[in-house]
Amino acid sequence: MARNVSTQRKIVVTVVAWTIGILIFFPILWTFLTSFKTEAEAIASPPSLFFFDWTTENYHEVQSRSNYLLHFMNSVVISFGSTLIGLIIAIPSAWAMAFSPTKRTKDVLMWMLSTKMMPSVGVLVPMYLLFRNTGLLDTRTGLVIVLTLINLPIIIWMLYTYFKEIPGEILEAARMDGASLSKEIIYVLTPMAIPGIASTLLLNIILAWNEAFWTLNLSAAKAAPLTAFIASYSSPEGLFYAKLSAASTMAIAPILILGWFSQKQLVRGLTFGAVK
Amino acid sequence: MNLRTFLLGTCSAVALAGLAQAETLTIATVNNGDMIRMQKLTDDFTSKNPDITLEWVTLEENVLRQRVTTDIATKGGQYDIMTIGTYEVPIWAKQGWLLPLDNLGADYDVDDLLPAIRSGLTIDDKLYAAPFYGESSMVMYRKDLFEKAGLTMPDAPTWDFIAEAARKITDKNNEVYGICLRGKAGWGENMAFLTATANAFGARWFDENWKPQFDQPEWKNALDFYVKLMNDAGPPGASSNGFNENLSLFQTGKCGMWIDATVAASFVTNPKESTVADKVGFALAPDTGLGKRGNWLWAWNLAIPAGSQKVAAAEKFIAWATGKDYLKLVADKEGWANVPPGTRTSLYANPEYQKAAPFAKMTLDSINAADPKNPAVKPVPYVGVQFVAIPEFQGLGTAVGQQFSAALAGQMSVDDALASAQKLTEREMTKAGYIK
Repeated sequence: MARNVSTQRKIVVTVVAWTIGILIFFPILWTFLTSFKTEAEAIASPPSLFFFDWTTENYHEVQSRSNYLLHFMNSVVISFGSTLIGLIIAIPSAWAMAFSPTKRTKDVLMWMLSTKMMPSVGVLVPMYLLFRNTGLLDTRTGLVIVLTLINLPIIIWMLYTYFKEIPGEILEAARMDGASLSKEIIYVLTPMAIPGIASTLLLNIILAWNEAFWTLNLSAAKAAPLTAFIASYSSPEGLFYAKLSAASTMAIAPILILGWFSQKQLVRGLTFGAVK
Repeated sequence: MNLRTFLLGTCSAVALAGLAQAETLTIATVNNGDMIRMQKLTDDFTSKNPDITLEWVTLEENVLRQRVTTDIATKGGQYDIMTIGTYEVPIWAKQGWLLPLDNLGADYDVDDLLPAIRSGLTIDDKLYAAPFYGESSMVMYRKDLFEKAGLTMPDAPTWDFIAEAARKITDKNNEVYGICLRGKAGWGENMAFLTATANAFGARWFDENWKPQFDQPEWKNALDFYVKLMNDAGPPGASSNGFNENLSLFQTGKCGMWIDATVAASFVTNPKESTVADKVGFALAPDTGLGKRGNWLWAWNLAIPAGSQKVAAAEKFIAWATGKDYLKLVADKEGWANVPPGTRTSLYANPEYQKAAPFAKMTLDSINAADPKNPAVKPVPYVGVQFVAIPEFQGLGTAVGQQFSAALAGQMSVDDALASAQKLTEREMTKAGYIK
């Protein structure tokens, strides 16, 4: 029987949800609006929200100064490449840990997560030397490798959690029917875990897209992604907020659009198994 | 020789010739107006040097510093030319990380470089970096507010006059604050200003034996004066204000005076950005009558990392970007007011420049008044006006800056901040081997 929800309660919930939504979205909206202001208007106090002379001058300036397309393509290759390779490695490992656990599975999972606990800067110099010696500095290949390794623990953890929700009996039934291991993973497990895999994929693309420590430190001119593009518009001496906002809007727009169109999968995946 | 061999040979020769011809210089640089302008004008260089192409890596100052330091310390070889500050040049040159600039060409006229700037970039009589633009610090003030208060700013004011004027101008009800000074913690933020100011008060970071001097009365006088003045006549939340925050306040008419980098003069007098563009006057950084003015010295410079494979091309570019002809090129394309300041004597002798940049004389006087080798009233074992040119200074300066910023914010007393600064500096200097 459907619950009776009073109109008053509905209004309260709606207002609260919208308020939280607007609060979370406000910094992005503010960045977007600032990108259409002049530098003088961007620092004006009190600031004006909508009533200012809208200008696209900052976008022209950013376009003429930087090769946006190169940075964008680098971001696409690095984030999609690292996430896809990560998934290829993570699906079998998460399968093994979810359906054939051993005494040490939990320890292995914790150990993998512990690699995320070390501050990145602690291994900057050894990593830099490794990259220099292997000729991987300022290459997309190098950044794909490093981001794959960085995000692998999160991918495995997420997939492990999703796989745990799938009843092992279904896989057993497939095995009884004569399915090989690869067929079991590809035709039985994967289709059932699609929402989980999709949300893992999307979340890790976003993480890789926004990663700004390694991408800034291991790239120079050729492989620099959009994080480096944004960093080039900040300045300790001089006004830069409007231009920086234009660069930031251009950098986050692709991932925002991707997130918008895939929000159904994202929400479904993130709440997968939450209600029994 | 058959046709196939001939074609293969020709193709290889063409390919090799192509490889030999195309030399790409990767240049790491900071994001500031002068550097961005240079990037737009490089067609002039590439048309004169068709065998050289340029790749730019523009980064925010702190990101750039971390990035190029990692690269040069590990001999990564990612950059052929690096933009580095006056702080890094002596340290890196002593480490053997930079190449001396011996071949900038006959018409480079190295003697035309401003002596104060050149001396900071010269180690053992060799120039290790070429200055692209230089700056000092000075007082920028609102002529209209001074007139209203019946005050006249002298060309070379004292700190007592500045404090008195600041308190008189302050009108907190109308959000007008007598003085805006840096308060945000950082070796290049509040400590750049406070170290330079402390010089004018007779203070110094270390004595001749590298013993920290924060327990001496000169530092107490300087910090007490600064905190009291800012509490009486500074804007609210000053402990979070750096260059850009104060620039915004000044440009929107909320500061009576601002003591900061000379480069700010072109921002505050630009009517497109500043609401007070036609009301700004300039004066030398203040003193206390002890013989030192609290004005610093800084330059952004182009240098070649040791081990570079493209030295000749890099020297060609540096000679172009920091030469006299470049200044003329900028003047022709963008006007004299946009020429990078603070590097060459000839620029300040140019009547067209003097006309276009009303702050030119004050900038030159400020730069000439700074002496990086004798920055304080008492003798010091280090080089640098607003910094101490030792590798440990970045960490030390920021840690001390946090104490002083906390004192400004009222989180601790001036005495406690100085005691804490003394303790942590002693500990670090002992650990680093300066104090035996």
